[in-house]
Amino acid sequence: MASLHVLANPARFRRFSQRVLPALSVVTALALAVGLWLALIESPPDYQQGETVRIMFIHVPSAWLSMMGYGLLAALGASLLVWRHPLAALMARGAAPVGAVFAAVCLLTGSLWGRPMWGTYWVWDARLTSMLLLFFLYLGHIALSRAYDDSERGDRAAAILALVGVINLPVIKFSVDWWNTLHQPASVMKLGGPSIDPSILTPLLVMAVALLLLFIVLVMLRTETEIDRRRLEAAEMAL
Amino acid sequence: MTGFSALLARDLRLVWRRPGDVMVVLAFFVVATVLFPLGIGPETNLLARIAAGILWCAALFAALLSLERLFAADYEDGALDLLLLAPWPLELAALAKCLAHWIVTGLPLALLAPLMGLLFGLSGEALWAVAATLLVGTPALSLIGGLAAALTLGARRGGALLALLALPLCVPTLIFGAGAVEAVAIGEGFLTHLAILGALALLSLATLPWAIAAALRQAGE
Amino acid sequence: MTELEVTGLSCRRGGRPVVRNISFTLARGELLALTGRNGSGKTTLLRALALLVTADEGAIRWQGTDIRHDRDGWRRQIAWLGHLDGLKGDLSVRENLANACHLRETPAIRVDEALAAFDLTPLAKRAARTLSAGQRRRAALARVAAADAPLWLLDEPLNALDSPSQAALRTVLGDHLAAGGLAIAATHAPIDVPNARVLELA
Repeated sequence: MASLHVLANPARFRRFSQRVLPALSVVTALALAVGLWLALIESPPDYQQGETVRIMFIHVPSAWLSMMGYGLLAALGASLLVWRHPLAALMARGAAPVGAVFAAVCLLTGSLWGRPMWGTYWVWDARLTSMLLLFFLYLGHIALSRAYDDSERGDRAAAILALVGVINLPVIKFSVDWWNTLHQPASVMKLGGPSIDPSILTPLLVMAVALLLLFIVLVMLRTETEIDRRRLEAAEMAL
Repeated sequence: MTGFSALLARDLRLVWRRPGDVMVVLAFFVVATVLFPLGIGPETNLLARIAAGILWCAALFAALLSLERLFAADYEDGALDLLLLAPWPLELAALAKCLAHWIVTGLPLALLAPLMGLLFGLSGEALWAVAATLLVGTPALSLIGGLAAALTLGARRGGALLALLALPLCVPTLIFGAGAVEAVAIGEGFLTHLAILGALALLSLATLPWAIAAALRQAGE
Repeated sequence: MTELEVTGLSCRRGGRPVVRNISFTLARGELLALTGRNGSGKTTLLRALALLVTADEGAIRWQGTDIRHDRDGWRRQIAWLGHLDGLKGDLSVRENLANACHLRETPAIRVDEALAAFDLTPLAKRAARTLSAGQRRRAALARVAAADAPLWLLDEPLNALDSPSQAALRTVLGDHLAAGGLAIAATHAPIDVPNARVLELA
């Protein structure tokens, strides 16, 4: 834990990430290659859904990562408000769009996956609807942190929002699940499909790890950008 | 006189001197509600089915309208600094402001909505459900909206941003509030929904005053 | 005997240091005038003293104890006049002052006295929004006087005041200091009061 506090200095983090990113990017690319190969070629097509089930290998990890991303925003928010770690604010600014993109990818892949089954691009499935609301929470965080001329004010407001949001997420999920069961008593094709077969599990986990690495790489890159941007702002104000 | 009651009394007195502000919000609620049949069609069965959702959504938007001024007026005339300097917990001040907002917005909406429900062909128990759920559900809306208002004090595009922040957080209250009238329509009671709305209100009460106070302190920095 | 002791106070805003290592002491009956150009950190320093802004470094001690140990207790000791008047436009002047006292959980017994001191008694029943800028500033000063607090923190108290009003302020301030009160005022113009010290902020 002490090492994490050391990293809390933005300049130090930037040096750390510059050293680590090249190697990490290569590992990520390899993991993605392996994962995609397993997902697209090795794993069998689904009995009912045919080839389109392969979208699940992106859809499901994206869902996990977008939820994890919001948890990260909340943790960074707490870190900013309690310990005033300068890096926490910058990393939150960097990570929010990444999490939002994963949420959007989840929604898009979910829509594409469901189209052959449903006949439409969208159904008000409980999980998709919850993901849509999570996407809105991300948009709110992004908008709020950038709504102030004083960036520190925006960072702290967004931090408070992230903490309130993370507490509300289970409540939102619970109420959307309830809403869905109430309004759709007829059987709806579950997006998860039948119980997960081992032959699907391996590619899924590999893709999950690969996308997690991608998430980390993207967040580190974006945090570097935010560190540079903040430095530029400070330099401009000193003129 | 405690600080809490002084603040509550002051805000209520300020609204009393400008009743037009509240009237406008209630008028908006009526107009917004009426817009839906005009947009959807006058078929009575359909309207009765969707009445709950429409009434709740319109109430939500109306409550949001008045939220932007909740803290903005104090921020602009310097009264917020005096609240930040009061020698009693800021969380109580936040609660007093939200309570005042509920008294002049949520409460009248809860009383007005059943009347609008008549226009949608709701009857008897359904109308009670509308009133009761709005009564129990709107305090949470005042608290959530209060948080969004405090977070967006002095921000660019404050009004639209406030709605963007508040609406997703209001979804649970909306679902159970509107769902209660549905439950009545299919013959079940709405007490479970009311209980859940109460739980949501308590959850808001237990968490949001602290978040609102933190946001107000940020505004003072 | 010093009541207020500030040591090494520093504040950063937007990454830039705005208040740099300020130290001073203040005893009963003393006024400290903060002078300096616009942007020299006078307002930030006042807000840091009021705990409206969190200082990055330094300590503020009142009667020997760090004020951060008992924030509400500190808030009872100070009366604040900021850039803005803090008056609600739809309340009358008297209602504003009474409300300000109640919000500080202080009895509103000195309101009429404060109104008279700033020649506001004829305006007491008027809604604050109908007053001119100078009259509102006097009302805000009356609010501070009615608060019954030992330390007054004043941000540009002479702003918008005509000569009679400035004289009234000098009198009220003098009385406050003579009764053992303290005051810190950020100001462009000198405040002609006995026991006034000046702290120039670069």
